[in-house]
Amino acid sequence: MIKAKPKPIGEIINDIKGFEKVLIAGCNGCVTVCEAGGVKEVEILAAALRMYFTKEGMRKEIDETSLTRQCDKEYLQELQDRMDGYDAVVSLACGVGVQFLAEMYTAKPVFPGVDTCFMGVTEEQGHWTERCQGCGQCILSTTGGICPIARCAKRMLNGPCGGSENGKCEISILVGRDVPCGWHLIFERLKTLGQLDRFRYPSDDKDWTLSRDGGPREIIKEDSRQ
Amino acid sequence: MNTTTPSKLEKILAAGHYAVTSECGPPRDGRSNIVEHKAGMIKDHVDAINVTDNQTAVVRQCSLAACIKLRLLGLEPVLQMVTRDRNRIALQSDLLGATSFGIHNVLCLTGDHQRFGDHPSSANVFDMDSTRLIQTVKLMRDDGMLLSGFEMKEGRPEMFIGAAENPFADPFEIRVFRLAKKVAAGAQFIQTQCIYNMAKFKLWMQGVCDMGLHEQVAVLAGLTPMKNVGMAKYMKNRVPGIDVPDEIIKRLAGVPKEKQAEEGIQICLEQIEELKQVQGVRGFHIMAIEWEEKVPEIVERAGLFPRPSVN
Repeated sequence: MIKAKPKPIGEIINDIKGFEKVLIAGCNGCVTVCEAGGVKEVEILAAALRMYFTKEGMRKEIDETSLTRQCDKEYLQELQDRMDGYDAVVSLACGVGVQFLAEMYTAKPVFPGVDTCFMGVTEEQGHWTERCQGCGQCILSTTGGICPIARCAKRMLNGPCGGSENGKCEISILVGRDVPCGWHLIFERLKTLGQLDRFRYPSDDKDWTLSRDGGPREIIKEDSRQ
Repeated sequence: MNTTTPSKLEKILAAGHYAVTSECGPPRDGRSNIVEHKAGMIKDHVDAINVTDNQTAVVRQCSLAACIKLRLLGLEPVLQMVTRDRNRIALQSDLLGATSFGIHNVLCLTGDHQRFGDHPSSANVFDMDSTRLIQTVKLMRDDGMLLSGFEMKEGRPEMFIGAAENPFADPFEIRVFRLAKKVAAGAQFIQTQCIYNMAKFKLWMQGVCDMGLHEQVAVLAGLTPMKNVGMAKYMKNRVPGIDVPDEIIKRLAGVPKEKQAEEGIQICLEQIEELKQVQGVRGFHIMAIEWEEKVPEIVERAGLFPRPSVN
Protein backbone atom coordinates (compact mmCIF):
# COMPACT_ATOMS: atom_id res chain seq x y z
CA MET A 1 0.00 0.00 0.00
CA ILE A 2 0.95 3.63 -0.33
CA LYS A 3 2.70 4.99 2.73
CA ALA A 4 2.65 8.60 3.85
CA LYS A 5 3.46 10.65 6.92
CA PRO A 6 1.70 13.73 8.29
CA LYS A 7 3.09 17.08 7.22
CA PRO A 8 4.46 19.35 9.93
CA ILE A 9 1.47 21.34 11.20
CA GLY A 10 3.29 24.62 10.58
CA GLU A 11 3.18 23.95 6.85
CA ILE A 12 -0.56 23.34 6.94
CA ILE A 13 -1.19 26.45 9.06
CA ASN A 14 0.78 28.50 6.58
CA ASP A 15 -1.26 27.10 3.67
CA ILE A 16 -4.69 27.76 5.18
CA LYS A 17 -4.21 30.88 7.29
CA GLY A 18 -5.87 33.09 4.66
CA PHE A 19 -9.07 31.02 4.51
CA GLU A 20 -11.99 31.11 6.90
CA LYS A 21 -13.90 27.90 6.23
CA VAL A 22 -11.69 24.88 5.78
CA LEU A 23 -12.56 21.22 5.28
CA ILE A 24 -10.13 18.55 6.42
CA ALA A 25 -10.75 15.52 4.21
CA GLY A 26 -9.31 12.17 5.22
CA CYS A 27 -9.11 8.96 3.21
CA ASN A 28 -10.07 5.56 4.56
CA GLY A 29 -7.66 3.76 2.22
CA CYS A 30 -3.87 3.40 2.46
CA VAL A 31 -3.24 6.48 4.60
CA THR A 32 -5.54 5.09 7.28
CA VAL A 33 -3.41 1.96 7.49
CA CYS A 34 -0.22 3.98 7.93
CA GLU A 35 -1.92 6.28 10.45
CA ALA A 36 -1.35 9.44 8.46
CA GLY A 37 -4.69 10.45 6.98
CA GLY A 38 -7.66 8.47 8.27
CA VAL A 39 -10.61 9.50 10.46
CA LYS A 40 -8.44 9.57 13.57
CA GLU A 41 -5.74 11.76 12.03
CA VAL A 42 -8.38 14.14 10.60
CA GLU A 43 -9.79 14.56 14.08
CA ILE A 44 -6.38 15.18 15.63
CA LEU A 45 -5.35 17.69 12.97
CA ALA A 46 -8.68 19.57 13.09
CA ALA A 47 -8.47 19.83 16.87
CA ALA A 48 -4.90 21.09 16.73
CA LEU A 49 -5.75 23.68 14.08
CA ARG A 50 -8.78 24.93 16.00
CA MET A 51 -6.65 25.27 19.10
CA TYR A 52 -3.93 27.15 17.24
CA PHE A 53 -6.25 29.62 15.47
CA THR A 54 -8.31 30.23 18.63
CA LYS A 55 -5.11 31.01 20.52
CA GLU A 56 -4.07 33.37 17.76
CA GLY A 57 -7.49 35.05 17.86
CA MET A 58 -8.26 34.08 14.27
CA ARG A 59 -11.82 33.12 13.31
CA LYS A 60 -11.85 29.79 11.52
CA GLU A 61 -14.45 27.17 10.83
CA ILE A 62 -12.78 23.82 10.52
CA ASP A 63 -14.87 20.81 9.54
CA GLU A 64 -13.97 17.16 9.26
CA THR A 65 -14.82 14.39 6.84
CA SER A 66 -13.29 11.20 5.56
CA LEU A 67 -13.99 9.44 2.28
CA THR A 68 -13.84 5.74 1.45
CA ARG A 69 -11.12 6.62 -1.06
CA GLN A 70 -9.96 9.78 -2.77
CA CYS A 71 -8.62 8.03 -5.86
CA ASP A 72 -12.09 7.22 -7.22
CA LYS A 73 -14.56 9.75 -8.57
CA GLU A 74 -17.62 8.16 -7.02
CA TYR A 75 -16.36 8.84 -3.52
CA LEU A 76 -15.10 12.32 -4.30
CA GLN A 77 -18.55 13.19 -5.63
CA GLU A 78 -19.94 12.72 -2.13
CA LEU A 79 -18.51 16.16 -1.34
CA GLN A 80 -20.37 17.87 -4.18
CA ASP A 81 -23.19 19.34 -2.12
CA ARG A 82 -20.94 20.58 0.67
CA MET A 83 -18.03 21.99 -1.30
CA ASP A 84 -19.50 25.45 -1.86
CA GLY A 85 -19.51 25.97 1.88
CA TYR A 86 -15.71 25.90 2.13
CA ASP A 87 -12.96 28.28 1.11
CA ALA A 88 -10.28 25.56 1.01
CA VAL A 89 -9.68 21.86 1.59
CA VAL A 90 -6.81 20.07 3.29
CA SER A 91 -6.68 16.53 1.96
CA LEU A 92 -5.00 13.91 4.09
CA ALA A 93 -5.04 11.43 1.22
CA CYS A 94 -1.84 10.50 -0.60
CA GLY A 95 -0.65 12.73 -3.44
CA VAL A 96 -2.93 10.83 -5.79
CA GLY A 97 -6.02 11.66 -3.78
CA VAL A 98 -5.03 15.30 -3.31
CA GLN A 99 -4.70 15.71 -7.06
CA PHE A 100 -7.89 13.90 -7.94
CA LEU A 101 -9.82 15.99 -5.44
CA ALA A 102 -8.35 19.16 -6.93
CA GLU A 103 -9.18 17.96 -10.45
CA MET A 104 -12.82 17.51 -9.53
CA TYR A 105 -13.23 20.76 -7.62
CA THR A 106 -11.16 23.00 -9.83
CA ALA A 107 -12.20 26.29 -8.25
CA LYS A 108 -11.31 25.20 -4.73
CA PRO A 109 -7.79 25.50 -3.29
CA VAL A 110 -6.72 22.01 -2.14
CA PHE A 111 -3.68 21.55 0.11
CA PRO A 112 -1.84 18.35 0.98
CA GLY A 113 -1.84 17.32 4.62
CA VAL A 114 0.62 14.45 4.27
CA ASP A 115 3.92 13.77 2.55
CA THR A 116 3.46 10.73 0.34
CA CYS A 117 6.51 8.49 0.64
CA PHE A 118 6.43 5.05 -0.96
CA MET A 119 4.70 1.76 -1.64
CA GLY A 120 5.46 -0.45 1.27
CA VAL A 121 4.51 -2.79 4.06
CA THR A 122 3.75 -2.68 7.77
CA GLU A 123 6.72 -4.24 9.55
CA GLU A 124 4.91 -3.79 12.87
CA GLN A 125 2.57 -1.18 14.24
CA GLY A 126 4.08 2.24 13.61
CA HIS A 127 6.87 0.95 11.32
CA TRP A 128 6.54 0.91 7.54
CA THR A 129 9.18 0.11 4.92
CA GLU A 130 9.46 0.40 1.16
CA ARG A 131 9.09 -2.53 -1.21
CA CYS A 132 8.15 -1.30 -4.69
CA GLN A 133 8.85 1.67 -6.93
CA GLY A 134 6.34 0.83 -9.63
CA CYS A 135 9.00 0.52 -12.34
CA GLY A 136 6.46 -1.03 -14.70
CA GLN A 137 8.31 -4.27 -15.43
CA CYS A 138 8.59 -6.63 -12.50
CA ILE A 139 11.87 -8.55 -12.21
CA LEU A 140 11.15 -10.27 -8.90
CA SER A 141 11.16 -13.68 -10.57
CA THR A 142 14.90 -13.33 -11.16
CA THR A 143 15.87 -11.86 -7.80
CA GLY A 144 14.39 -14.26 -5.31
CA GLY A 145 11.33 -12.10 -4.74
CA ILE A 146 13.36 -9.14 -3.42
CA CYS A 147 13.41 -5.98 -5.52
CA PRO A 148 16.82 -4.41 -6.22
CA ILE A 149 15.18 -1.33 -7.74
CA ALA A 150 13.39 -0.48 -4.52
CA ARG A 151 15.81 -1.97 -2.02
CA CYS A 152 19.27 -1.18 -3.40
CA ALA A 153 20.20 2.48 -2.90
CA LYS A 154 21.90 2.37 -6.32
CA ARG A 155 19.13 0.29 -7.92
CA MET A 156 21.86 -2.05 -9.21
CA LEU A 157 20.96 -5.03 -11.34
CA ASN A 158 24.32 -6.70 -10.70
CA GLY A 159 24.86 -6.18 -6.99
CA PRO A 160 25.92 -6.15 -4.27
CA CYS A 161 28.32 -3.22 -4.60
CA GLY A 162 31.56 -2.89 -2.67
CA GLY A 163 29.91 -0.94 0.12
CA SER A 164 27.82 -3.78 1.53
CA GLU A 165 28.93 -4.57 5.07
CA ASN A 166 27.43 -7.06 7.53
CA GLY A 167 24.23 -7.10 5.53
CA LYS A 168 23.90 -3.32 5.65
CA CYS A 169 23.87 -0.80 2.82
CA GLU A 170 26.72 1.72 2.72
CA ILE A 171 24.29 4.57 3.32
CA SER A 172 23.46 3.22 6.80
CA ILE A 173 26.31 5.19 8.31
CA LEU A 174 24.89 8.39 6.80
CA VAL A 175 21.21 7.99 7.55
CA GLY A 176 21.71 6.89 11.13
CA ARG A 177 19.78 3.63 10.88
CA ASP A 178 20.47 0.15 9.59
CA VAL A 179 19.38 -0.03 5.96
CA PRO A 180 19.45 -3.67 4.83
CA CYS A 181 21.55 -4.29 1.71
CA GLY A 182 18.97 -5.40 -0.86
CA TRP A 183 21.50 -7.52 -2.69
CA HIS A 184 22.61 -9.23 0.52
CA LEU A 185 18.96 -10.18 1.04
CA ILE A 186 18.75 -11.40 -2.56
CA PHE A 187 21.91 -13.46 -2.05
CA GLU A 188 20.57 -15.10 1.10
CA ARG A 189 17.24 -15.87 -0.54
CA LEU A 190 18.74 -17.28 -3.75
CA LYS A 191 21.08 -19.38 -1.62
CA THR A 192 18.10 -20.80 0.22
CA LEU A 193 16.39 -21.49 -3.10
CA GLY A 194 19.54 -23.07 -4.54
CA GLN A 195 19.64 -20.47 -7.30
CA LEU A 196 23.02 -18.80 -6.74
CA ASP A 197 23.85 -19.43 -10.39
CA ARG A 198 21.88 -16.30 -11.14
CA PHE A 199 24.85 -14.31 -9.86
CA ARG A 200 26.99 -15.59 -12.70
CA TYR A 201 25.45 -13.76 -15.60
CA PRO A 202 25.22 -10.01 -16.18
CA SER A 203 21.70 -8.67 -16.44
CA ASP A 204 20.39 -6.74 -19.40
CA ASP A 205 19.84 -3.01 -19.19
CA LYS A 206 16.52 -2.11 -17.73
CA ASP A 207 13.92 -0.48 -19.96
CA TRP A 208 13.13 2.65 -17.98
CA THR A 209 10.44 3.79 -20.42
CA LEU A 210 8.05 1.72 -18.36
CA SER A 211 9.11 3.59 -15.24
CA ARG A 212 8.69 7.31 -14.56
CA ASP A 213 11.48 8.06 -17.05
CA GLY A 214 9.08 7.28 -19.91
CA GLY A 215 6.72 10.05 -18.86
CA PRO A 216 3.36 9.86 -17.06
CA ARG A 217 1.94 6.38 -17.44
CA GLU A 218 -1.50 4.93 -17.94
CA ILE A 219 -3.11 1.50 -18.04
CA ILE A 220 -6.05 0.72 -20.27
CA LYS A 221 -7.98 -2.51 -19.87
CA GLU A 222 -10.28 -2.55 -22.87
CA ASP A 223 -12.69 -5.22 -21.68
CA SER A 224 -13.38 -3.28 -18.50
CA ARG A 225 -14.17 -0.09 -20.39
CA GLN A 226 -17.05 -1.53 -22.42
CA MET B 1 52.00 -11.29 -26.73
CA ASN B 2 48.38 -10.65 -27.67
CA THR B 3 46.87 -7.32 -26.95
CA THR B 4 43.47 -5.96 -27.83
CA THR B 5 44.14 -2.23 -27.67
CA PRO B 6 46.98 0.30 -27.93
CA SER B 7 46.98 0.59 -24.12
CA LYS B 8 50.45 0.70 -22.62
CA LEU B 9 49.06 -0.85 -19.45
CA GLU B 10 47.77 -3.81 -21.42
CA LYS B 11 51.12 -4.22 -23.16
CA ILE B 12 53.04 -4.24 -19.90
CA LEU B 13 50.76 -6.89 -18.45
CA ALA B 14 50.86 -8.93 -21.65
CA ALA B 15 54.66 -8.88 -21.51
CA GLY B 16 54.48 -10.52 -18.10
CA HIS B 17 55.66 -7.55 -16.05
CA TYR B 18 54.10 -6.47 -12.80
CA ALA B 19 52.03 -3.41 -13.63
CA VAL B 20 52.10 -0.38 -11.36
CA THR B 21 49.32 2.16 -11.42
CA SER B 22 48.42 5.05 -9.19
CA GLU B 23 45.77 7.71 -9.10
CA CYS B 24 45.28 11.45 -9.10
CA GLY B 25 42.25 13.08 -7.56
CA PRO B 26 41.32 16.28 -9.45
CA PRO B 27 40.83 19.49 -7.43
CA ARG B 28 37.53 20.96 -6.23
CA ASP B 29 38.03 24.00 -8.41
CA GLY B 30 39.02 24.85 -11.94
CA ARG B 31 42.77 25.28 -11.60
CA SER B 32 44.57 23.97 -14.64
CA ASN B 33 47.84 22.87 -13.07
CA ILE B 34 46.85 20.56 -10.18
CA VAL B 35 46.34 17.26 -12.00
CA GLU B 36 49.37 18.03 -14.12
CA HIS B 37 51.41 18.65 -10.97
CA LYS B 38 50.22 15.48 -9.25
CA ALA B 39 50.83 13.40 -12.36
CA GLY B 40 54.27 14.94 -12.72
CA MET B 41 55.25 13.56 -9.31
CA ILE B 42 54.45 9.96 -10.23
CA LYS B 43 54.69 9.70 -14.01
CA ASP B 44 58.10 8.03 -14.16
CA HIS B 45 57.21 5.49 -11.51
CA VAL B 46 53.89 4.16 -12.76
CA ASP B 47 52.59 2.67 -16.00
CA ALA B 48 49.25 4.40 -15.96
CA ILE B 49 47.51 7.07 -13.90
CA ASN B 50 43.90 6.71 -12.83
CA VAL B 51 41.90 9.90 -12.62
CA THR B 52 39.07 9.58 -10.14
CA ASP B 53 35.52 10.51 -11.08
CA ASN B 54 34.01 12.72 -8.37
CA GLN B 55 35.17 10.23 -5.75
CA THR B 56 33.06 9.92 -2.60
CA ALA B 57 30.46 11.91 -4.56
CA VAL B 58 32.28 15.19 -3.99
CA VAL B 59 32.23 17.57 -6.95
CA ARG B 60 35.63 17.86 -8.58
CA GLN B 61 37.05 18.64 -11.98
CA CYS B 62 35.74 16.02 -14.35
CA SER B 63 37.76 12.90 -14.88
CA LEU B 64 37.52 13.12 -18.66
CA ALA B 65 38.95 16.65 -18.84
CA ALA B 66 41.82 15.69 -16.55
CA CYS B 67 42.50 12.53 -18.56
CA ILE B 68 42.60 14.56 -21.77
CA LYS B 69 45.12 16.85 -20.13
CA LEU B 70 47.32 13.90 -19.15
CA ARG B 71 47.00 12.41 -22.62
CA LEU B 72 48.09 15.67 -24.22
CA LEU B 73 51.13 15.58 -21.96
CA GLY B 74 51.96 12.18 -23.41
CA LEU B 75 50.97 10.26 -20.26
CA GLU B 76 48.82 7.15 -19.94
CA PRO B 77 45.55 7.92 -18.15
CA VAL B 78 42.96 5.47 -16.84
CA LEU B 79 39.57 7.13 -17.21
CA GLN B 80 37.48 6.32 -14.16
CA MET B 81 33.75 6.44 -14.87
CA VAL B 82 30.95 6.03 -12.37
CA THR B 83 27.37 5.32 -13.39
CA ARG B 84 25.97 7.40 -10.53
CA ASP B 85 25.90 10.71 -12.35
CA ARG B 86 25.37 9.90 -16.02
CA ASN B 87 22.85 7.88 -17.96
CA ARG B 88 23.73 5.62 -20.88
CA ILE B 89 23.59 8.56 -23.28
CA ALA B 90 26.17 10.58 -21.36
CA LEU B 91 28.39 7.58 -20.57
CA GLN B 92 28.68 6.56 -24.19
CA SER B 93 29.17 10.16 -25.23
CA ASP B 94 32.07 10.54 -22.80
CA LEU B 95 33.58 7.27 -24.00
CA LEU B 96 33.52 8.57 -27.56
CA GLY B 97 35.05 11.87 -26.45
CA ALA B 98 37.80 9.99 -24.62
CA THR B 99 38.39 7.90 -27.73
CA SER B 100 38.83 11.03 -29.82
CA PHE B 101 41.76 12.00 -27.57
CA GLY B 102 43.39 8.57 -27.65
CA ILE B 103 42.49 7.50 -24.12
CA HIS B 104 42.95 3.75 -24.00
CA ASN B 105 42.10 2.68 -20.46
CA VAL B 106 38.81 2.86 -18.64
CA LEU B 107 37.82 1.80 -15.14
CA CYS B 108 34.10 1.04 -14.89
CA LEU B 109 32.55 1.79 -11.51
CA THR B 110 29.11 2.20 -10.03
CA GLY B 111 30.27 4.89 -7.61
CA ASP B 112 29.73 5.82 -3.98
CA HIS B 113 26.18 6.85 -3.16
CA GLN B 114 25.69 10.60 -3.49
CA ARG B 115 24.68 10.90 0.15
CA PHE B 116 28.37 10.54 1.02
CA GLY B 117 29.34 13.66 -0.84
CA ASP B 118 28.89 17.40 -0.80
CA HIS B 119 25.52 17.30 -2.59
CA PRO B 120 23.60 14.70 -0.61
CA SER B 121 20.21 16.03 -1.75
CA SER B 122 21.01 15.57 -5.45
CA ALA B 123 19.25 13.00 -7.63
CA ASN B 124 21.22 9.96 -8.72
CA VAL B 125 21.11 8.29 -12.10
CA PHE B 126 22.19 4.64 -11.94
CA ASP B 127 20.72 3.96 -15.37
CA MET B 128 23.13 1.02 -15.35
CA ASP B 129 25.71 -0.39 -12.97
CA SER B 130 29.43 -1.07 -13.33
CA THR B 131 28.93 -4.52 -14.82
CA ARG B 132 26.72 -3.14 -17.57
CA LEU B 133 29.18 -0.31 -18.19
CA ILE B 134 31.89 -2.91 -18.78
CA GLN B 135 29.62 -4.62 -21.31
CA THR B 136 28.85 -1.29 -22.93
CA VAL B 137 32.53 -0.45 -23.50
CA LYS B 138 33.11 -3.93 -24.87
CA LEU B 139 30.16 -3.62 -27.24
CA MET B 140 31.43 -0.28 -28.51
CA ARG B 141 34.96 -1.55 -28.91
CA ASP B 142 34.51 -5.08 -30.23
CA ASP B 143 31.25 -4.76 -32.14
CA GLY B 144 31.54 -1.10 -33.06
CA MET B 145 28.04 -0.51 -31.80
CA LEU B 146 26.29 1.81 -29.44
CA LEU B 147 23.66 0.41 -27.09
CA SER B 148 21.05 1.77 -29.49
CA GLY B 149 22.31 -0.57 -32.19
CA PHE B 150 23.89 2.30 -34.14
CA GLU B 151 26.95 1.05 -35.94
CA MET B 152 30.14 3.09 -35.90
CA LYS B 153 31.88 2.84 -39.23
CA GLU B 154 35.02 4.42 -37.81
CA GLY B 155 36.31 5.73 -34.52
CA ARG B 156 35.52 2.78 -32.28
CA PRO B 157 36.86 3.03 -28.75
CA GLU B 158 40.07 1.09 -28.27
CA MET B 159 40.00 0.71 -24.56
CA PHE B 160 41.57 -1.72 -22.14
CA ILE B 161 38.64 -2.39 -19.85
CA GLY B 162 39.05 -2.31 -16.10
CA ALA B 163 36.81 -2.73 -13.10
CA ALA B 164 37.12 -2.64 -9.36
CA GLU B 165 36.37 -5.38 -6.91
CA ASN B 166 36.21 -5.30 -3.17
CA PRO B 167 37.14 -8.65 -1.62
CA PHE B 168 36.30 -7.25 1.80
CA ALA B 169 32.66 -6.36 1.24
CA ASP B 170 29.88 -8.71 2.23
CA PRO B 171 28.67 -11.28 1.57
CA PHE B 172 32.18 -12.65 1.12
CA GLU B 173 30.91 -15.82 -0.55
CA ILE B 174 29.66 -13.84 -3.53
CA ARG B 175 32.82 -11.85 -4.16
CA VAL B 176 34.54 -14.33 -6.46
CA PHE B 177 31.30 -14.87 -8.38
CA ARG B 178 30.98 -11.15 -8.73
CA LEU B 179 34.45 -10.93 -10.21
CA ALA B 180 33.53 -13.78 -12.55
CA LYS B 181 30.51 -11.81 -13.68
CA LYS B 182 32.64 -8.75 -14.42
CA VAL B 183 35.10 -10.90 -16.34
CA ALA B 184 32.22 -12.43 -18.30
CA ALA B 185 31.07 -8.89 -19.03
CA GLY B 186 34.48 -8.03 -20.47
CA ALA B 187 36.74 -6.78 -17.67
CA GLN B 188 40.42 -7.27 -18.53
CA PHE B 189 42.02 -5.78 -15.45
CA ILE B 190 40.88 -5.34 -11.89
CA GLN B 191 42.03 -2.80 -9.36
CA THR B 192 41.01 -4.02 -5.93
CA GLN B 193 39.83 -2.07 -2.94
CA CYS B 194 42.80 -1.22 -0.71
CA ILE B 195 44.05 -4.27 1.10
CA TYR B 196 44.84 -4.36 4.80
CA ASN B 197 43.38 -7.75 5.74
CA MET B 198 45.92 -9.90 3.95
CA ALA B 199 44.44 -13.23 5.10
CA LYS B 200 41.05 -12.39 3.64
CA PHE B 201 42.58 -11.11 0.41
CA LYS B 202 44.52 -14.37 -0.01
CA LEU B 203 41.37 -16.36 0.58
CA TRP B 204 39.58 -14.37 -2.12
CA MET B 205 42.53 -14.70 -4.49
CA GLN B 206 42.53 -18.45 -3.93
CA GLY B 207 38.90 -18.51 -5.02
CA VAL B 208 39.79 -16.40 -8.05
CA CYS B 209 42.50 -18.87 -9.06
CA ASP B 210 40.34 -21.92 -8.33
CA MET B 211 37.87 -20.64 -10.90
CA GLY B 212 40.70 -19.92 -13.34
CA LEU B 213 39.81 -16.24 -13.41
CA HIS B 214 43.45 -15.20 -12.87
CA GLU B 215 44.14 -16.38 -16.39
CA GLN B 216 41.41 -14.21 -17.84
CA VAL B 217 41.88 -10.99 -15.91
CA ALA B 218 44.88 -9.14 -14.48
CA VAL B 219 44.35 -8.44 -10.79
CA LEU B 220 46.17 -5.36 -9.55
CA ALA B 221 46.30 -5.34 -5.76
CA GLY B 222 45.06 -2.05 -4.30
CA LEU B 223 47.21 -0.38 -1.65
CA THR B 224 46.76 2.81 0.33
CA PRO B 225 49.59 3.69 2.71
CA MET B 226 48.41 4.99 6.07
CA LYS B 227 49.67 8.45 6.98
CA ASN B 228 48.96 8.03 10.68
CA VAL B 229 46.86 6.07 13.15
CA GLY B 230 44.02 8.60 12.85
CA MET B 231 43.65 7.77 9.19
CA ALA B 232 43.66 4.04 9.96
CA LYS B 233 40.88 4.48 12.52
CA TYR B 234 38.88 6.64 10.14
CA MET B 235 39.18 4.07 7.37
CA LYS B 236 38.14 1.29 9.72
CA ASN B 237 35.14 3.04 11.21
CA ARG B 238 33.87 5.48 8.63
CA VAL B 239 34.60 4.08 5.18
CA PRO B 240 32.21 1.28 4.17
CA GLY B 241 33.77 -1.81 2.66
CA ILE B 242 37.27 -1.20 4.04
CA ASP B 243 38.63 -3.83 6.37
CA VAL B 244 41.43 -2.56 8.63
CA PRO B 245 42.53 -5.23 11.11
CA ASP B 246 43.29 -4.13 14.66
CA GLU B 247 46.95 -5.19 14.22
CA ILE B 248 47.48 -2.37 11.72
CA ILE B 249 46.02 0.18 14.11
CA LYS B 250 48.05 -1.19 17.02
CA ARG B 251 51.23 -1.13 14.96
CA LEU B 252 50.75 2.50 13.92
CA ALA B 253 49.71 3.52 17.43
CA GLY B 254 52.84 1.80 18.76
CA VAL B 255 55.24 4.31 17.16
CA PRO B 256 55.61 8.03 17.94
CA LYS B 257 53.42 10.32 15.88
CA GLU B 258 56.29 11.69 13.81
CA LYS B 259 57.26 8.16 12.77
CA GLN B 260 53.77 6.92 11.90
CA ALA B 261 54.01 8.00 8.24
CA GLU B 262 57.20 5.96 7.78
CA GLU B 263 55.55 3.04 9.56
CA GLY B 264 52.62 3.34 7.15
CA ILE B 265 55.00 3.21 4.18
CA GLN B 266 56.81 0.26 5.76
CA ILE B 267 53.53 -1.65 6.15
CA CYS B 268 52.73 -0.93 2.51
CA LEU B 269 56.13 -2.22 1.38
CA GLU B 270 55.74 -5.39 3.42
CA GLN B 271 52.33 -5.90 1.83
CA ILE B 272 53.79 -5.58 -1.66
CA GLU B 273 56.45 -8.18 -0.85
CA GLU B 274 53.82 -10.54 0.51
CA LEU B 275 51.51 -9.93 -2.45
CA LYS B 276 54.27 -10.76 -4.91
CA GLN B 277 54.04 -14.30 -3.56
CA VAL B 278 50.30 -14.55 -4.10
CA GLN B 279 49.25 -16.42 -7.23
CA GLY B 280 47.26 -14.27 -9.63
CA VAL B 281 48.49 -10.88 -8.45
CA ARG B 282 49.71 -9.16 -11.62
CA GLY B 283 50.49 -5.73 -10.32
CA PHE B 284 49.85 -2.99 -7.82
CA HIS B 285 47.49 -0.04 -7.73
CA ILE B 286 48.88 2.46 -5.24
CA MET B 287 46.25 4.92 -4.06
CA ALA B 288 48.25 7.39 -1.98
CA ILE B 289 45.39 9.71 -1.09
CA GLU B 290 46.64 13.33 -1.18
CA TRP B 291 50.09 11.82 -0.70
CA GLU B 292 51.13 11.32 -4.30
CA GLU B 293 54.69 12.46 -3.55
CA LYS B 294 55.28 9.19 -1.70
CA VAL B 295 54.47 6.97 -4.68
CA PRO B 296 57.97 7.12 -6.26
CA GLU B 297 59.58 6.17 -2.96
CA ILE B 298 57.20 3.22 -2.49
CA VAL B 299 57.76 2.00 -6.04
CA GLU B 300 61.55 2.25 -5.72
CA ARG B 301 61.77 0.66 -2.28
CA ALA B 302 59.45 -2.15 -3.46
CA GLY B 303 61.91 -3.02 -6.22
CA LEU B 304 59.44 -2.05 -8.93
CA PHE B 305 61.62 0.66 -10.48
CA PRO B 306 62.56 1.36 -13.23
CA ARG B 307 59.30 0.72 -15.01
CA PRO B 308 59.57 -1.41 -18.14
CA SER B 309 59.25 0.24 -21.51
CA VAL B 310 57.04 -1.29 -24.18
CA ASN B 311 56.31 -0.34 -27.72
